[in-house]
Amino acid sequence: MSARQRLPAGATVLVIGSGPIVIGQACEFDYSGTQACKALRALGYRVVLMNSNPATIMTDEDLADATYVEPLTLDAARQVIEREQPDAVLPTVGGQVGLNLALELHAAGILDQHGVRLIGADPVAIRVAEDRQQFKDAMVEIGVGVAESGTATTLPEAEALLEQVGLPAIIRPSFTLGGAGGGIAWNVDEFRAIVTEGLRLSPVDQVLVERSLLGWKEFELEVMRDLADNVIIICSIENFDPMGIHTGDSITVAPALTLTDREYQHLRDLAQRIIRRIGVETGGSNIQFAVNPENGEVVVIELNPRVSRSSALASKATGFPIAKIAAQLAVGLTLDEIANDITRVTPACFEPALDYVIVKIPRWNFEKFQGADRRLGTAMRSVGEVMGIGRTFPEACLKAIDSLEGGYPDVSAATDQGIREALATATPDRLASIFEALRRGWRSSQIAEATRIDKWFLDQLEEVVRFEQSLTGRFVEQVSATELRRAKRFGISDAMLAKLLGCREEAIARRREAEGIVPTYKRVDTCAAEFASHTPYLYGTYEDEDEAGESESDRVVVLGNGPNRIGQGIEFDYCCCHAAYAVGEAGLTSVMVNCNPETVSTDYDTSDKLYFEPCTVEHVRAILARERPRGVILQFGGQTPLKLAHDVGTVLGTSPDAIDLCEDRERFSALLKSLDVPQPQSAVAHSVAEAAQVAGRIGFPLLVRPSYVLGGRAMAICYDQADFDRVVVDAIATSEAHSLLIDRYLEGAREYDVDALCDGEQVLIAGIVEHIEEAGVHSGDSAGVLPPVLLSDAERRRIEDDTSRIALALGVVGLVNVQFAVQEGEVYVLEVNPRASRTVPFVAKATGVSLAKIATRLCLGTKLAELDPACLKPKGNDLYFIKAPVFPWRKFAGTDVVLGPEMRSTGEVMGVGWSFGEAYAKALLAAGVGLPTEGGVFLSIRDSDKAASVGIAGALAHMGFRLYATRGTAKFLEDKRIACETVFKVREGRPDAVDLIKNGQIQLILNTPLGKKAQYDELAMRLAGLEQGVPCITNLAAMKAVVSAIRSQRAGELRVIKLQEIA
Amino acid sequence: MGAILLLEDGRSFTGDAFGAVTTRVGEAVFNTAMTGYQEVLTDPSYAEQVVTMTAPHIGNTGINLEDPESEKVWAAGFVVRALTRGPSSWRSSGGLHQYLVQAGVPGMQGVDTRALVRHLRDKGAMKCVISTDGTPVEALREQLAAWPGMAGRALAAEVTCAAPYVYADPPSPTARFAVLDGGAKRNILRMLEQTGAYVRVHPLSDPAEAFCSGVDAVLVSNGPGDPAALPGVVEELRKAVGHKPLLGICLGCQLLALAVGAKTYKLKFGHRGANQPVRDERTGRVEITSQNHGFAVDKESLLAAGATVTHVHLNDGSVSGFAHEPSRVFAVQYHPEACPGPHDSARVLLDEFVRRARNTPSPAGASS
Ligand SMILES: Nc1ncnc2c1ncn2[C@@H]1O[C@H](COP(=O)(O)OP(=O)(O)O)[C@@H](O)[C@H]1O
Ligand SMILES: Nc1ncnc2c1ncn2[C@@H]1O[C@H](COP(=O)(O)OP(=O)(O)O)[C@@H](O)[C@H]1O
Ligand SMILES: [Mg+2]
Ligand SMILES: [Mg+2]
Repeated sequence: MSARQRLPAGATVLVIGSGPIVIGQACEFDYSGTQACKALRALGYRVVLMNSNPATIMTDEDLADATYVEPLTLDAARQVIEREQPDAVLPTVGGQVGLNLALELHAAGILDQHGVRLIGADPVAIRVAEDRQQFKDAMVEIGVGVAESGTATTLPEAEALLEQVGLPAIIRPSFTLGGAGGGIAWNVDEFRAIVTEGLRLSPVDQVLVERSLLGWKEFELEVMRDLADNVIIICSIENFDPMGIHTGDSITVAPALTLTDREYQHLRDLAQRIIRRIGVETGGSNIQFAVNPENGEVVVIELNPRVSRSSALASKATGFPIAKIAAQLAVGLTLDEIANDITRVTPACFEPALDYVIVKIPRWNFEKFQGADRRLGTAMRSVGEVMGIGRTFPEACLKAIDSLEGGYPDVSAATDQGIREALATATPDRLASIFEALRRGWRSSQIAEATRIDKWFLDQLEEVVRFEQSLTGRFVEQVSATELRRAKRFGISDAMLAKLLGCREEAIARRREAEGIVPTYKRVDTCAAEFASHTPYLYGTYEDEDEAGESESDRVVVLGNGPNRIGQGIEFDYCCCHAAYAVGEAGLTSVMVNCNPETVSTDYDTSDKLYFEPCTVEHVRAILARERPRGVILQFGGQTPLKLAHDVGTVLGTSPDAIDLCEDRERFSALLKSLDVPQPQSAVAHSVAEAAQVAGRIGFPLLVRPSYVLGGRAMAICYDQADFDRVVVDAIATSEAHSLLIDRYLEGAREYDVDALCDGEQVLIAGIVEHIEEAGVHSGDSAGVLPPVLLSDAERRRIEDDTSRIALALGVVGLVNVQFAVQEGEVYVLEVNPRASRTVPFVAKATGVSLAKIATRLCLGTKLAELDPACLKPKGNDLYFIKAPVFPWRKFAGTDVVLGPEMRSTGEVMGVGWSFGEAYAKALLAAGVGLPTEGGVFLSIRDSDKAASVGIAGALAHMGFRLYATRGTAKFLEDKRIACETVFKVREGRPDAVDLIKNGQIQLILNTPLGKKAQYDELAMRLAGLEQGVPCITNLAAMKAVVSAIRSQRAGELRVIKLQEIA
Repeated sequence: MGAILLLEDGRSFTGDAFGAVTTRVGEAVFNTAMTGYQEVLTDPSYAEQVVTMTAPHIGNTGINLEDPESEKVWAAGFVVRALTRGPSSWRSSGGLHQYLVQAGVPGMQGVDTRALVRHLRDKGAMKCVISTDGTPVEALREQLAAWPGMAGRALAAEVTCAAPYVYADPPSPTARFAVLDGGAKRNILRMLEQTGAYVRVHPLSDPAEAFCSGVDAVLVSNGPGDPAALPGVVEELRKAVGHKPLLGICLGCQLLALAVGAKTYKLKFGHRGANQPVRDERTGRVEITSQNHGFAVDKESLLAAGATVTHVHLNDGSVSGFAHEPSRVFAVQYHPEACPGPHDSARVLLDEFVRRARNTPSPAGASS
């Protein structure tokens, strides 16, 4: 059928999601997929959705007609297509993953075979866009500048190219995500290393070797095109950090601020030429340009033929719902047929005008990857981002900094030399270093030279700092109202002012309010106020007129989770969205507060009112003063809102005191004692000395962690004094309360995550997730199965009973999460989180009970008894649901892959199966860990595990795997009559374990590290495995699970299961 | 130094002064373009208007020698949220503040421009006075009251060129144009020149026989003020109707509408920006256009006069272009010459101008 034809109403569209959250592809694709599903159904299409990530709004049963939480593999997709017979597949809202899977389906002939049409992008266009060389050729053909380069498929070819482009050289693999495998080579060694890695990572074994444009200005244009060939630019984004730093790792600003009309229109013209040449027929594309600051020369970097990370940012920056419109265009609507939701009277066929500035700042988690290189480059490594909106660049920038929540480093201690270096080579500390340099009297021009950042931005920041300096050392009373207002208009936070004026934040706030200096709220309306807006999408600023508007019904504020970071990610945004929906369903006005542009919660149609503001005391207090809500719901935004428990007035749900109690170890232990619920022997230490005593008393092994942190930051298992001394200092520093929790480490314990609902009188156990890895591996990093498979009835009863009694004793209203460890039949409580936990979305998907919504009802005063029992009844009791984590190892070369109590996974997937093995196999597949069904297995097992490993080894041998092992393990297995080849350890002799792995003789590594710090040879081996893409299992429990997964994989095909068909 | 903007309806806004230290009256209007403040300031169509830019940062790229649309600043005053003092652009030859000082035009910054824009949007464009020299409010009120306002103002006659002159005279011209200058932007002439055409510019006061002689077509330019206040010009155009293809841009569009017997009216707050969607009804193609007008052509009277609406403004359905084929009149309300703004319609429209000038039938006109 002709492309121009509109997809007939009632047709079925397959939407492919982006899978687990990984660096470079985060929850912005839940935002885009969700918008697409909603838009398509609104047009009367039948939507079939595929996504392996359970922690997404788009995989909620009611968002699609058929939802498959299945691995995004060719096999699974084929099954879905065979079952659902879609008429079309929309591949452009699922990031690179969605796009690549669609291409595979096309290449495999599956689409043609089933008469499925690709909408939103055709294979040729995608290929030309994604293949760096074809793209460049196309650009040259239409006279658009490109950076001199060539493609290589081998190292020698690449080295030949180096002759032409010279050093430093840029290496970029084709078809990879977030610049993975790419980099800047300053010398030949680096060059060889990066090329080799890049070639291996590129699905088409191809890298681009390119002339360096380091220091040029970088711009992005978000372009949309419809089938009638109307092309519009939704947003221009300027990178504060110049070329050389991935846009995902750059601070970015919208709209572009340093271009004249002539220059901007030139980019705009090029963008139109480019998208037409590439032939992206409909939808959104992201085009990146580099501009030479000396002469305006323009070079195009790339075009992403799909809704991208930047499109999500652009949508939030403009109020223009790119993903939604992209979906509508894909089925054949034209831009002039689509109305602008915000103005209602004007069409979507226009270009948003901004009368404010947005600044996006990335959030990194390098601290969790010791040993990794912190320099920023052409490969993205940030795990989240925040967006600040203000009327000016400084205001937006400072608000974005406020939003970072501790993600903003303190470099005041650095030496001048240190600052100089921090400016020259970008790391996550650069912005802080710029401010520090300005405070030390550097001129913006000097900094511009060192950083190549456009002087305009630095001038703006310098103005702020000079003003700050005019305040330093004075008393609040001496500061005039005019100065105070000026400070606030700059975006300087009360906290910062307090620091400058040497007083408490509270004092600043009181003085401000006394002077009537409070924020006004303006609307993001796509049209710079040319037309009235109907969507209260608001940001705070210090102006004259307020546009927040009044609402008929009582308001309830939901506090969001701020920037994504490891340990606090999309799961919490999922919960916040549900809270907002539930508040609305209860006939109240939902007010969302969040500052994370990647999320569904910051879509203007998720809540009745959206305040895109930092989740800090100052900003939240101001919003409450403006909205005068019935109350505030804290329990869905992870740890972030809990910190505000005492500053927000009426809390709906569990009381602030109960929240404190859970974090205050002394009170918490006292409570458990009174309920006589056992807890690993533990104590709190406030100093290194005290810590030492405690250690002596409890005895090793110990688990040490700071209080008030999420994701087990700086948490460590100490087997002896040496380990202990190593971690203790850092841990105390990390803790906001400067106190340490020291627990007896329960070795070899099974761990359980329990999520329960409580209305203060009655408790409902919503789900018990059994960890596959043993306790000691962070709950966020271990795979988990529901229902539990190893839990005895007695243990279950104990867990349920303890949970209930704890919840009631705390007076929990809403959700509570309790973590248990079971060691030799004894059930211990590890911790209690009086809030929605990371596992809530998974449990909700697995049981069909929408926990977050129900919890919200409870917060609003409904009792469990009053709820329709049907909505509390779990489904799928005959199925196994397994969540598996996904790790960013590749991005942090050099860090060990052994799991521990510090969380390092970025996302999760879910596998559903009729057997444990099937579910686990699916989960691993979805997580990108392809298990072998034949080949070689390498074992290296620590003594304490050897006995238990026999069964595993035996089973593998029986399935025909060839076993290799290090001497000790091999000998042990042979004694047990299990044939197995002995292999040298690293440095013992060659060929050693690493050689075998590199030679592709090993398809699976089973290695339980020696108790102590991982030995060098083990590390080398695991890294080799990582490089060769060989799965590496580091604990017994998981090995057992893997064996059964391999079994069911060998037994045959893994069948896809539709959520809606689960009874 | 403090600055004040006093509106006809009594509402006033205060801010920090920049540019010239003086007081000026004019019509308060706003422009939503995010780039191109220098082009806006130098566009003659802004004569006697105090322009508020909705984009918060203005002056970022300073001032340069290539971008002005005429030889002087025409706007009566400039209101912005945040003025950049130290510009950053490789083409910049100075800052906005100095530029306005030299131009004798007052500027005002630090204003809640969004509040001002919302006010103008709701109450409509209105008379105002902007002052940076501390003139007492009473005196400002008087000056404001004394100013006649836009309606009925023949401003174009004041900004037009003094005498005819030849702008481009290539050896073998593709077509020969006379441009009736009501305050033509440079880029209109530049673009005609780029089509390889001969271009001669005429003062608005010239009689039909003067501007019709020796050319294939007459292009009536953009310009400030009320078209209805130029009966003389309309009279001359009427004489030309049917004899030469007549083309129009913006004010020119309104004058030609009057010439074929249609009416014009004043829009509430006008169309001023670089993101205005216009659909060419003949092709269904949407162009994002640059616009700057406070008056518009009345649709009913236009149809009654036997013209067809060729371009529709998608935001409010108003007339963005029309053709009166029997008398070979064709005009658009928007600015194909952009500057500032997108170039979507530049090529298409210039081609059509040339085609019509040479009286060659439109090739794929209705389908491309
Ligand atoms: N020739 C070059 N010189 C310097 N930096 C470059 C060059 N090409 C790309 N970059 C930087 O690398 C980043 C990633 O490149 P890009 O092509 O956008 O890859 P991705 O597909 O991962 O976004 C860009 O954002 C830019 O900052
Ligand atoms: N006493 C203990 N013995 C064994 N493992 C423990 C013990 N306490 C905590 N852990 C492990 O550390 C992980 C992180 O601890 P937890 O209290 O959940 O930190 P967070 O608050 O970051 O989730 C748990 O998931 C568990 O696997
Ligand atoms: Mg990119
Ligand atoms: Mg890309």
